[in-house]
Formats: sequence, C-alpha cells, structure tokens
Amino acid sequence: MKILPSVDVALVGFGWTGAIMAQELTDAGLGVVALERGGWRDTSTDFAVTFAQDELRYMWRRALFEEPARQTLTFRNNVTQTALPMRNLGSFLPGTGVGGAGVHWNGQNWRFLPSDFVARSHNTERYGPLPDDMTVQDWGVTYDDLESHFDKFEYLCGVSGKAGNIKGQIQDGGNPFEGWRSREFPNPPLDMALAPTLFETAARETGHKPFPCPAANLSRPYTNPLGVQLAPCTFCGFCEKFGCGNFSKSTPQTTILPVLMRKKNFELRTQCEVLRVEHNAVARRATGVVYVDAQGEEYLQPAEMVILCAYALQNPRLMLLSGIGTPYDPRTGEGVVGKNYAYQITSNVNVFYDDKVMNPFVGAGALGVGIDEYNGDNFNHSGLGFIGGGYLACWQTHGRPIEYHPTPEDAPKWGAKWKQAVAKNYNSTATISTHGAVMSHRNNYLDLDPTYRDVYGRPLLRMTFDFTDNEYKMSEYLTARATEIAKAMKGREIKVNGRKGPYNIVPYQTTHNTGGAIMGSDPKSSAVNRYLQSWDLHNLFVMGACAFPQNPGYNPTGTVAALAYHSAEAIRTQYIKNPGFLVQA
Amino acid sequence: MSSSKLNRRQILSAGVLVGSSVAFDTAPAASITGKVPWHAGDANKPPIAEPGPRQYLTDAEAAFIDAATARFIPNDELGPGAVEAGVTTFIDLQLAGPYGKGASWYMEGPWPKGEPSQGYQSRLSPADMYRTTIKAIDAYAAKEFGGQNFAALTGEQQDKILEGLDKGDITLEGADGKAFMTMFWQNTLEGFFADPIYGGNRDMAGWKLIGFLGARYDYRPYINKHNVKIDLPPVSLKGNPSWTPA
Repeated sequence: MKILPSVDVALVGFGWTGAIMAQELTDAGLGVVALERGGWRDTSTDFAVTFAQDELRYMWRRALFEEPARQTLTFRNNVTQTALPMRNLGSFLPGTGVGGAGVHWNGQNWRFLPSDFVARSHNTERYGPLPDDMTVQDWGVTYDDLESHFDKFEYLCGVSGKAGNIKGQIQDGGNPFEGWRSREFPNPPLDMALAPTLFETAARETGHKPFPCPAANLSRPYTNPLGVQLAPCTFCGFCEKFGCGNFSKSTPQTTILPVLMRKKNFELRTQCEVLRVEHNAVARRATGVVYVDAQGEEYLQPAEMVILCAYALQNPRLMLLSGIGTPYDPRTGEGVVGKNYAYQITSNVNVFYDDKVMNPFVGAGALGVGIDEYNGDNFNHSGLGFIGGGYLACWQTHGRPIEYHPTPEDAPKWGAKWKQAVAKNYNSTATISTHGAVMSHRNNYLDLDPTYRDVYGRPLLRMTFDFTDNEYKMSEYLTARATEIAKAMKGREIKVNGRKGPYNIVPYQTTHNTGGAIMGSDPKSSAVNRYLQSWDLHNLFVMGACAFPQNPGYNPTGTVAALAYHSAEAIRTQYIKNPGFLVQA
Repeated sequence: MSSSKLNRRQILSAGVLVGSSVAFDTAPAASITGKVPWHAGDANKPPIAEPGPRQYLTDAEAAFIDAATARFIPNDELGPGAVEAGVTTFIDLQLAGPYGKGASWYMEGPWPKGEPSQGYQSRLSPADMYRTTIKAIDAYAAKEFGGQNFAALTGEQQDKILEGLDKGDITLEGADGKAFMTMFWQNTLEGFFADPIYGGNRDMAGWKLIGFLGARYDYRPYINKHNVKIDLPPVSLKGNPSWTPA
C-alpha cells in the first residue's frame, strides 16, 4: 500500500454533498481531495442532446447508476428471513460517478416542515406517547437553524417556484403550509403542462390550496451566486434518471464544478473506491482513508479531516466496515450505526380522459402542481392511528413509453386489447401521486451481511425493512384523498394504485433511502451530532440522508444540502479554529 | 499516520495546505486539479445496431420469440406488432451483449430462491435464462399438445401457456417460468418502444402507435399549448431521414 502525503480534507464520494463541502472548505483555504469511485462526467461529453434521450440505455440499462456487479446490498423484510442480494437495481437507483445521484435526480427540491425536525417531541405533545417500537427522534437541529442553508442551496440551484410563506406572511399562490422563507424563490414557477392544471382546478374546487412544486429545473436563464450560468428548461422529458443536456437541471456539474474544478487547492481523483476509514480510537480522530484505484493499487490517504459524502446507504456501511461507532442491535435497541433505516411509501391514482390531449412527453423532472394539506402534521391526526403524511402532486415528468403506458382497470396485461388500451390512453391520462413519509421503527435497520461480499471482498450492506401499520394507514389515507381529487378531475374513469403487501425491492418506487447514521443530541441514540460530526471521531463528518432520524413526506435533496451547508458553516467558523467536538456529549 | 510535524490546530487555523497532493508524483493517474477535464470531440455516444445475422438466438429460440411476442403485441388494424417492429432482433442483440451476460448484475452465490419481495435470484444470466426456459417451454408444449413445440401451437394454446407461466400456474421442468415471463415481457416492451438504434421499434412503429415523439429535446413552443396534439413526426437518435436524404 502506498502512503500519500497528508491533506487537510479527504472527501469520500463526489455528488451533491461532496461538491458543496469541497466548495465551502476550499473557500476557507483548506486543501481538499475528493475520492470518487466512478468516472468524470460532464454535460457536453456525457449527456449531449444528440444522445441523452435514450430510455433503454439510461433507465433500463442503468448507465448512470451504481452497478450491483461491483457492490450492492442484501435485503429482507424482517429478521426471520435470510437476506438475499439485490442482483439488479429496482426499487431505488443510487448514483455513481462525478455528480452522483445529483446528476439523475428530478430536481424536486423541497424543505421539510418545521415540525418534521422535532417529530418526536411535537407528535408526543399533540397526540400522546408514540408506539413503543416507533423509534422516531428529534433531529437536534431545527428548521430555523437551517433556513439560511435551504435558501443558499435554492439560490445555488436557481430553483423555480412560488413562496408560500415569506417571514411568516402567507403568500398567494404558494404553499401556505411551508416553513417561513427569508425571500422569494430565485426564479418564477415553470410554465405548466395541461395535466397539472387539471389537478390544480380540482384541488381548489375540493377546498385545497394547490401550488407549483419547487423545481431545480430552470424557468429562465440564471446566473448563480458562484457565477455559473444555467439555461431554461426545454421540457424534453428525459430528466429524472437521465443527465440533462441543456444545463437546465441543477446538478453539481451545472452549479458548482465549473468553479470548484479550477481551484488549485482542490483535487478530484476518479475511479477511486474508498475501502475504509482509518482511525485512532485513543485520539478519537480519523487518520485517513484507504482506497483502491482502477488499477487495483491500494493507497493510504492521510487526512486532517475525513468527510463521508457517499450515498446514504454507503456512508453507514463504511462506518460499519471501519469499526466506527457502535453497530445497532434491534434486539436490545442499543447501538447507533445502522439504526432507523427508513424509506418512503408511494401510491398513485390515474385519471383517464376521452377529450384531453396531455402530451405527456412534454415534461420536466419537477414539473407539477402539489398540495400539502396532508403532509407532516399539517392536519389533525387524532383518531387516525398514524402520524406523518405526504404531499399529493400531479407531475408531468415524462412520457418515455417503456416505463409509461398507463392502462385502465379492465385492460389485460398484454394482447390486442392491451395494445388498444395503450394506444387510447397514452396521450390522455393524468396521474396524482402521493409521496408518503416512513417513520423509523425498531426492526428496520442496516448492518453487514454475513454471507455476500462485494468485488473487494467486503461484506455487503444488509437492509432489513418493511412498512409498518403506521405507513399502511397513512398511505391509505393519502390515497383516499388523492382519489377524491381524481374524481373531481372529471375524467372518464380512474384507477387507484394503492400500496399493498410487504415492501418489495423490485418495482421502482423512490431513491429516498434514509437513516443508518442518524443525527441527534445524544450519542446513545444517534451517530452524529447536529453538525453531522461523528460522536466518536471529532474530525469525521457524515453527510447525506443517512442522517435523517426518520423520513418525512418530501424529496430529501433540499434538506441534505441544507444540512451540508450547516455542517460546512460549523467547520469554517468553529472547527478549523478549534478542532474538537462541537457538541459536548 | 499523519505526515505532518506541525500542530494540527495551527495548520487548520492558518488554512495552509498540508502536503497538498497537487502535482505530486505519488498521485494516481486519475487525478484532476486546476481544470475541467473536457476534451473537444469526446462524446459518449451509443452504438447503433446494423442489420446482420442473428447474434445469439438459435432458429428454434427465434421462432419461439416471434410466436410469443406476436401474442403479446399482435399485428392488427392499429399497426405493426412486436414481430413487425423487430422485437426478436432487439432481444437477440441484447442477449448477445452485456445485458445478456448480466454484466452489471450481482451474480455471486449462494442462490436460495427467496421471497418475491427479494427479486430476481436465479444464477442464470438473461441469455442463459432465455436458453434454458425456451427449451423447457417447448418441452412442456410437446408434452401437453401432442409433440408440437410452442411456435407450432394455435394462438389460443399459446396464450394459455403464456398466462399459466406468468401466473405461476404452470411449472416447468428445470426452469423458472414466472421469472422468465417477467424478463421476457419487459424485454418485449423494450424492443417495441426503445429507440430504433437498438434494432427494435422498426420504423418507430411503437412510437407511432401511441404518439410519442422520440428523441426530441425542445418542447418550449408546446408547453403552453394545452389540449393540442403536437403535429410533428417522431425522431430517432439515428436522426430524421428527411435531414439526411439518401
């Protein structure tokens, strides 16, 4: 193993959080090296509009995603089953390569609700004690702590939207349930396709307050605070699961990298997979990382600080592989690493029309109208038997036909009648989606698999997860509300696609995996503190949705980025001057 | 393990680069610093399938796929079916390539059957899955229907077998009919609706059936035209024939 000269900061993974931390910490004068397992990717070379619109290659042959052949995870619904490897991708699509999943996200950029960050204390106060096995926790950080960081990311991205609450003043046309904002969105909402406007009308008629969903798809030309220019979205319908060819979706490539890559105190090493974090338990410090390059050569990269910026599932795995923190044990409820893995629960309702032309392929990843009446604690849960919720939205993201060819209830799975149904309904269907929270539960967790290994011989991560009563009841409630609005949309017929049976790792649902290295205010119940700093090693910070103690009913990226900026600020203003634990246990 | 002899606190507060790896000879080849590593002319383009002999499927296998996909998506008054759209060619090329080998899949054992919620757990790659299962389906057809293979049966008999396999009502000797049907139906959809560069969706027949406009990338003129059918022909990644007349 070669030992390299020490650096100030080693970043593990180079997606959204890697790019944010690199930009912030190089600005503070530190030397930063990012280690990315995948390759370099940029818009003109890798997502050019002469070939980016290729459904087979990118969605179904998974060109931009993590390759299970190199590493995957094993999965089981509960501890009585034997976990088996996820042999090909399905339910979620982790990224790899420069930009990470930030390249292929939709751009649905939300802020969690103020009450989401204090989920245990808030719900307990309002509804009484939570069920014993519901391991929901407060985050140790509040919405007010994060507001300026949400704002910073939205302006970096040039998010298109309409504010619903500016400094406590409710704004017409925005989401009246959202937490306060210091100012309006940097860009106005996207122009809207037909289907979301039909939802908007029906939602208003049924007493809701619809609003254009916040989109990191640009509604006009924009120059961000770093001086990087983005172009207006062209609604090509190849957005989520694809790289954007138009510089119109906010990604690390289109917002940060043109500035960061030119800095002399930043270095990116691609095709470098970090195998483990080295640490000194006595000094309570990480000492560096061991990685392997494309040639199979191993290196030790000593570093004054190590920041884990890999995907939410890989960060806790690296901690487990490195022996950092106490692994979570569901039998005792003790230990923290791997604790509170959560996901989201989705459902949808199709509305089929005879007299409408939807042009579903005129879409963008975050083009849609939503309502937030049934999210978080925006409604009274008394007597409902669950906490949490989710937004309802009518998106028009794409009409890519291998994935999208909706058929009504009575259509067969294939054959002439199927063909007729597909031809009839492809261009005249709208869909309302529900995007439900998943509360953490004692028996849903991550650990290392005893049997299966990755290409480097390391144990795979083992996921033990199923939806619980809380999720089924909540999803049923959300689906019923979506059904009411679907009926008010006055189509020919509707079809309700509810969530039934155990969680299944095969059909795509959402790439919103959370937990495993959760944040909190007590080292006994959390792996990192409010600044995402390890309770065990003061110079180790762990980014990403693995920090979420449970998973609220919104897409995670806005909060992932806000937490990264919050952490970066603490490093810049406190840690660099006085390295040590920023919160005393 | 730090090579630094300085006090860490000083280093960090001074913002000094500690052993910055910029341009050190120990840095690995894939190091990028001080620039955006973009090269004129580089483009990560997809390969385009050219007409030619079959790459993987045997005659019997191709006959099975022709027969079964004609039941899935028949040729009728609405337009070409799967066979006419080249789905068999598409599947042949896919099975001959990285997909057929399961190149990006995790294929390590052991291989217990598992629960439906755990997904595909066969040790067979897709190419092997087709080979093994088609043989087993033809054997089943011969046993049930007087010695004839699947392709020689009537449409009704074929439907009965396909539905029985898909529902798990028919079990095959030495093959997982249900897992195969999931893969086969997905590949049929791909062959019918993927860009024609992959050998299927011939003449963009799948796209014309539904009105999908293909690999276009700018719909700004249409976003605000609600309830209006967009009067444009579909475009493949090959380009539009009218742009490059023969």
